[in-house]
Amino acid sequence: MSNFWSLWIIVITVGSLIGLLWLLLANRKIDSTKADQKTGHEYDGIEEYDNPLPAWWMNMFLLSIVFAAIYLIAYPGLGNFKGLLGWTQEKQWQAEVTKADAQFLAMYNSFPELTVAGLAGEEQAVKMGKRLFANNCAICHGSDAGGSKGYPNLTNGVWLYGGSPEQIYTSINDGRRGAMPPWGESLGEENVKLVSNYVRDLGANQAQADANTQGKTIYATYCAACHGGSGEGNIYLGAPNLADDVWLYGGSDAEIFESISLGRSGEMPAHKDLLSPEKVNLLAAYVYSLSK
Amino acid sequence: MNTPVKSQSFEHPVYNYQVVRQFAVMTVVWGIVGMLVGVLIAAQLVWPALNFDLPWLHFGRLRPLHTNAVIFAFGGCALFSTSLYVVQRTCQVRLISDKLAALVFWGWQLIIVAAAITLPLGYTSGKEYAELEWPIDIAITIVWVAYAILFFGTIMQRKTSHIYVANWFFGAFIVVVAVLHLINSAAVPVSAWKSYSAYGGTIDAMIQWWYGHNAVGFFLTTGFLGIMYYFVPKQAERPVYSYRLSIVHFWALVTVYIWAGPHHLHYTALPDWAQSLGMVMSLVLLAPSWGGMINGIMTLSGAWDKLRTDPILRFLVVSLSFYGMSTFEGPMMSIKTVNALSHYTDWTIGHVHSGALGWVAMISIGAMYHLIPIMFGRERMYSIALINTHFWMSTIGTVLYISSMWVNGLMQGLMWRAYNADGTLTYSFVESVQASYPGYFVRLVGGAIFFGGMLIMAYNVWKTAKGENSDNAVGTPAAQPSVSQEASA
Repeated sequence: MSNFWSLWIIVITVGSLIGLLWLLLANRKIDSTKADQKTGHEYDGIEEYDNPLPAWWMNMFLLSIVFAAIYLIAYPGLGNFKGLLGWTQEKQWQAEVTKADAQFLAMYNSFPELTVAGLAGEEQAVKMGKRLFANNCAICHGSDAGGSKGYPNLTNGVWLYGGSPEQIYTSINDGRRGAMPPWGESLGEENVKLVSNYVRDLGANQAQADANTQGKTIYATYCAACHGGSGEGNIYLGAPNLADDVWLYGGSDAEIFESISLGRSGEMPAHKDLLSPEKVNLLAAYVYSLSK
Repeated sequence: MNTPVKSQSFEHPVYNYQVVRQFAVMTVVWGIVGMLVGVLIAAQLVWPALNFDLPWLHFGRLRPLHTNAVIFAFGGCALFSTSLYVVQRTCQVRLISDKLAALVFWGWQLIIVAAAITLPLGYTSGKEYAELEWPIDIAITIVWVAYAILFFGTIMQRKTSHIYVANWFFGAFIVVVAVLHLINSAAVPVSAWKSYSAYGGTIDAMIQWWYGHNAVGFFLTTGFLGIMYYFVPKQAERPVYSYRLSIVHFWALVTVYIWAGPHHLHYTALPDWAQSLGMVMSLVLLAPSWGGMINGIMTLSGAWDKLRTDPILRFLVVSLSFYGMSTFEGPMMSIKTVNALSHYTDWTIGHVHSGALGWVAMISIGAMYHLIPIMFGRERMYSIALINTHFWMSTIGTVLYISSMWVNGLMQGLMWRAYNADGTLTYSFVESVQASYPGYFVRLVGGAIFFGGMLIMAYNVWKTAKGENSDNAVGTPAAQPSVSQEASA
């Protein structure tokens, strides 16, 4: 901030504190011979005594002003003046992070097995991964990792981006972005309904799906490129398997129609800037262990 | 004669009692509405299904309706009613304009109705305690200017040489709330019901909490201290304890309060210097806040026995005790290390309600029990026993509310920071929510009891307005100012 504004803050702050001191000290003494006398004013029957300020109250007030002065010398507050202690909230945060790292990092490096697959076999590692999951992942995927609408279930062995240890690690570390384009405008409601029915019947009612020739044609033209010729999906695009009766955004007619008509977009945030590689390793191991 | 009394017959020969009476009645009405919404959203936190999957019953929309209704509808009507009464009585002059008074009353009711419609529909500027969209903000400005002209114009016409202390507090409340509203509500409209704040990022946050905390400071504290300075000495029939203390704590309070906003933004993007100033000024604020409590409670010295028989005085004194408690708690919570634990927890909700229920609502209720019989030309309220019942319901309700939120707040703060031997957090967020359920339930019970008291008040007011007297009433008539005394003033 510029010197002008710094000075502005200093003058108003110090001026206010001095003004308060003056207000208190100027009113500390009264003519004791007049103690318990009334002021002589009267309003609608209400009179006023002119009792002195209670001493304990005045001392408390003075003490708070003295504390304010000391605090503002020690800590930042008076404009650009940084305070004698050099405290900032970033430094306080950094100090706490450094302390935590020193205390805990050794634990994360203490596992003999450092591959995700190896860690998934170590009880202690899975336990730590579970806690990391509760802190970082449960808010979307649920504390039981069972997922919810729009957030994949991690326990059923169905994987949008692949379920190998390396693929899980990549999903957590680098994040994933899935986009289903909206087809309502270009296909029209009738066609979306036809292809919705086709998709619904894939796998479970294959015969009925095959009978839906119009839907099948639309699917082959617009959907198969990503979701595969028989709806098997594509883990390189994050295109879901449509034949396995697992529905990320719901499997009712209305929900499938909405997914196709309006499109969907999902984002798994990248965690490499939030968690150390050791922690991502443990997390991946825990998630991997869930599907075993 | 049992013919219904026409409202004209309540009129005072000198003063405008009509606007005072209108606001007094609406204080009770909006109190019931605002607290009912509060009870509903408290119940939703225990049983989330109570939003019935309807968007306009969603917690996120009803919560601002609750806060606006209790602060600006209930609290606002109490302030309008008492300030317009006190300014006339202590200046010994009628309000300068009956038309302006009517504009203030009907304008404010219109604003409240507009809020009650737009907030559940989802129209919001997203600023806490200032959610109303820009057309309503403009209406507030117009009504507020009319109110200021009415109040200060009347002060200028006064027949007394000095201005009574209650009017200083009302005056500061009117001036500062005007400034706060104008600056914080500055926005760029993009359509009839949508606007964006004129400020960006951290500055927007700072302006918001400068407004937010001073809505507490100047609306809910300074204004209600104005109520205290008239109704406590009047009800106790004792002189004010110390004129000198009232001067010192008034100037100290209005000087220091305006700095306290940044304590809402500890450990955020707000620069360190602003956080520090917000914290130290919040601590300095303790003594000026307590000045009002001391002056109120000491005014009772020599008249303590009246507490045994006068439940109205009990309301006023207990409200001062809650005021003292929450103005001690506030500065403590503004200390960074305490705030690191308390912030974002239910402790904050408890703190707000020890002020809102214990202080603001109870002093308003006490003042209304004093005012309403006078407004309807009655000697006293229909039933003193029911006032006493209301007093105990309010007190018990408040204590249940704030203690459950203290327990919840401390528990949440401690759970959120607990960590395992490996440095991971012991609890996930949802576990702290689950652990909060018993507290949510106790809070609902406390709030419902407080709300029930308001229904009893409404019944009592209704009977008083009709001119009935309860046979089983206890307490001496001296506990209420007599009409003859009022008329002779």
